[in-house]
Amino acid sequence: MAVADFEPVIGLEVHAQLLTRSKIFCGCSTQFGAPPNTQVCPVCLGLPGALPALNKAAVEMAIKAGKAFGCRIAERSIWARKNYFYPDLPKGYQISQYELPICSGGAVPVPGLGRIGLERIHLEEDAGKNVHAEGGSEVDLNRSGVPLIEIVGKPELRSAEEASEYLKALRLSLIYLGINDGNLEEGSFRCDANVSVRRKGESKLGTRVELKNINSFRFVRQAIEYEIARQVELIEGGGKVLQETRLFDNEKGVTRPMRSKEEAHDYRYFPEPDLPPLLVSRELLDSVTVPKLPQEVVEALTAAGVSAADARTIVGDPRLVEVHRRIGGDAKRAALFVVGELARAVNEKEADLGALKFDPALVPAVWKLQDSGAISSTAAKEVLAGLIRTGEAPERIVERKGLAQVSDTAALEAVVDAVIARTPVEVEKYKAGKTNLLGFFVGQAMKELKGKGNPGALNALFKKKLG
Amino acid sequence: MKTDLLPLSQISDALASGGVSPQALLEASLARIRAVDGKLHAFLRLTESEAHAAAKAAAQRRANRKPAGPLDGIPIALKDIYCMEGVETTCGSKILRGYVPPYDATVVRKLKQAGAVIVGKLNMDEFAMGSSTENSAYGPTMNPWDLSRTPGGSSGGSAAAVAARLVAGAFGTDTGGSIRQPAAMVGCVGMKPTYGRVSRYGVIAFASSLDQVGPFAQDVRGVAYLLSAVAGHDENDQTSSRRPVPDYAAALGRDVRGLRLGVPREYFGEGVSPEVERAVRAGIERLRGLGCEVRDISLPNSPHAIATYYIVATAEASSNLARYDGVRYGYRARAGQLLEMYEKTRAEGFGAEVKRRIMLGTYALSAGYYDAYYLRAQKVRTLIRRDFDQAFATVDAVVSPTSPTTAFRLGEKLDDPLAMYLSDVYTVPVNLAGLPGISVPCGFDSKGLPVGLQLIGKPFDEETLLRMARAAEPAEHRLPPIVEER
Repeated sequence: MAVADFEPVIGLEVHAQLLTRSKIFCGCSTQFGAPPNTQVCPVCLGLPGALPALNKAAVEMAIKAGKAFGCRIAERSIWARKNYFYPDLPKGYQISQYELPICSGGAVPVPGLGRIGLERIHLEEDAGKNVHAEGGSEVDLNRSGVPLIEIVGKPELRSAEEASEYLKALRLSLIYLGINDGNLEEGSFRCDANVSVRRKGESKLGTRVELKNINSFRFVRQAIEYEIARQVELIEGGGKVLQETRLFDNEKGVTRPMRSKEEAHDYRYFPEPDLPPLLVSRELLDSVTVPKLPQEVVEALTAAGVSAADARTIVGDPRLVEVHRRIGGDAKRAALFVVGELARAVNEKEADLGALKFDPALVPAVWKLQDSGAISSTAAKEVLAGLIRTGEAPERIVERKGLAQVSDTAALEAVVDAVIARTPVEVEKYKAGKTNLLGFFVGQAMKELKGKGNPGALNALFKKKLG
Repeated sequence: MKTDLLPLSQISDALASGGVSPQALLEASLARIRAVDGKLHAFLRLTESEAHAAAKAAAQRRANRKPAGPLDGIPIALKDIYCMEGVETTCGSKILRGYVPPYDATVVRKLKQAGAVIVGKLNMDEFAMGSSTENSAYGPTMNPWDLSRTPGGSSGGSAAAVAARLVAGAFGTDTGGSIRQPAAMVGCVGMKPTYGRVSRYGVIAFASSLDQVGPFAQDVRGVAYLLSAVAGHDENDQTSSRRPVPDYAAALGRDVRGLRLGVPREYFGEGVSPEVERAVRAGIERLRGLGCEVRDISLPNSPHAIATYYIVATAEASSNLARYDGVRYGYRARAGQLLEMYEKTRAEGFGAEVKRRIMLGTYALSAGYYDAYYLRAQKVRTLIRRDFDQAFATVDAVVSPTSPTTAFRLGEKLDDPLAMYLSDVYTVPVNLAGLPGISVPCGFDSKGLPVGLQLIGKPFDEETLLRMARAAEPAEHRLPPIVEER
């Protein structure tokens, strides 16, 4: 027997911070990175007597996620208290949802995997952060009360790779919805994984282990792969998998059990008496609009003629989608610009997608100059590069750099005649059948014109005069 | 009689007519506190400098003929459960010794706006858990009628301060009877409004679904003034109601003729002292004499109220009191490790009754017991509420004794928690049903101890309740012996 004889069953629980300006139960700012304990008030500090007051914006964002993933949105959901002691949890309980969450069911579209089902999405508040320093531990409560949605996926994933794909698709979807910044490093998008294995063909689920502290896509794969191998080895050796919570040690690449005291939680959930049931009216539900999800944008782009590969590249970053949209015109040509010139400029640090210096709507003006023969294709590339760097109008760049090409037939004819007059030998050879000398003539003319002649027009003129 | 010995509404009248100044009232209050509170121990601390400033500002408004309302310049005091910016607030517990809140409770803010002169903070059972004020970490409060007896609790300091005329009015909180029972024990008026009528923001929580803020005064009109000042919706308390607040004092002008009064058979009978029953029945007869229609009713599930209450209240308390962990504020025990710090802080910081209730509540919510205890208690709670709904289909208010006995001796029930809990047997159902209730003095027993009559009203019908209480209250307000008129 080996890993190949087993089937892993994986379900992910994702905590995503919502991009509200203020916290879920008070008016404090949610800005990341402020000095410790500067974005706090009696409510998020859990001072005696303070009470929660719900931020409607957090509810709207949860509804947005629910609608996007096709969940049932509960007309009435219930807040619950999850009780446990920890220094970063100022009230000694977290306000969450338990028996009646705001969203249930639904699915996340994942490229290559179809739709991965969801159990539920519920709202809750984040805890603070323990900061372990020399001489003791400190608590920063700036994050205490930041709104979260917990997105609980069904155990429909069958490999670490699938889990990673699901996570990527979910993250991108939340970014598209504008409700989460997808930042794993800062902890605004966090993942726990439930992993079990069973022999292939078996329908009964194995004992599941919850993995915590997996804060990058690489770690998700590593942690799950390690855990699958560990469980298989355990079973093959005649052992049994314990239902437990294990922490991923990203330095050693292993999972290990949490200390028993941390694990032995009975959260004693009960309905939060300080908050009335959360009611979602028809009006509220209808007022929440859902933008296109990444998968839908890929489909729209390919339908407009963009190659599948380019479409996926663009959709991978919503800022690129926005640039593409603003360019307008020929979708395919715009896509080539985005994955070509623009991507190159970004790579070379000549452009910043977060703060573009140019108006993408000017790009078609460059195409027009090129297509009309006013500039060469080489010059067009130079104009686009200049546009990206400075935002200067294409016509101005052409003028300032003298990139306009001569297409005026009379002017070109004079040069063509002169070239023919001073190269009788080559003219003879051409007329004798050596037609590949055409390039030579055009080159001579181009030299005279300092590279600004329209090569197409020159070609045609020489052909006509020598033909 | 000296102005400061009069009931609150008459002091208010005297202020309005210029017969007395806010400063003179404050001086009289402070002088009386200095004279007698050594024996009573109603106050945990005074807020003298704030009070002097408030009295001066009130006098200015009165002089400008722009008073902030009937409470402008009236000395009052608050149970030490209300957070007051810059003033130590302990909730009667060692675990909060030295804790100074950085903000005002909504009720405190409103009282300041109304011009009330807050004289200090009053003693209470630790975290409002108790019926005798003996569970205070700072020592018990004595009953002004008999210093060997309890003033009731948990708002015993508030009740004693009003009965001994240390202040004209006071605020307490009522989770299972903690305003009405002490009001009955000291012979003043105490009201628990409908759940949601007054904001709980800044009031230290015991059991969130039961806690309600309420006033004490010698007279019903005074209680109406105090309630009007604090009632209403608060954005900071989402369980507070958006219903408009009526003019409670205006409701007192109407008589009680034709109002139907229900007498529940479960509230008279086993457990109630004959002297209490006699005084309450006499009170009911007075109301009948004034035109009330008296009917026998039944509230069959009320006998389950104490059991239900001690599951719901303790469950919520076990969660509400989790924040006292020594990490951020209040008492912290010395310890090397986090878990040890938690355990020692809570073991040393909480008193016995609080620990008992935290353990009861933790048990009731535990995996495997939740359905049998907490969930079942919630179902019984619904039945108790439904009983009242049905009763209010045929009556306008329900009447009962406030407590089965008059004031008991200090120490008498301290070692028998069940006996102590039964002191609230008639008040607890009202909290479970979220209804308004008021206790009005209705006479004395043979030992000269006051008896209280409880009126229970429909949700948000404080007006009818106050009207009936006004009719039931005695015409004369007898002074307890500790108050020496000079």
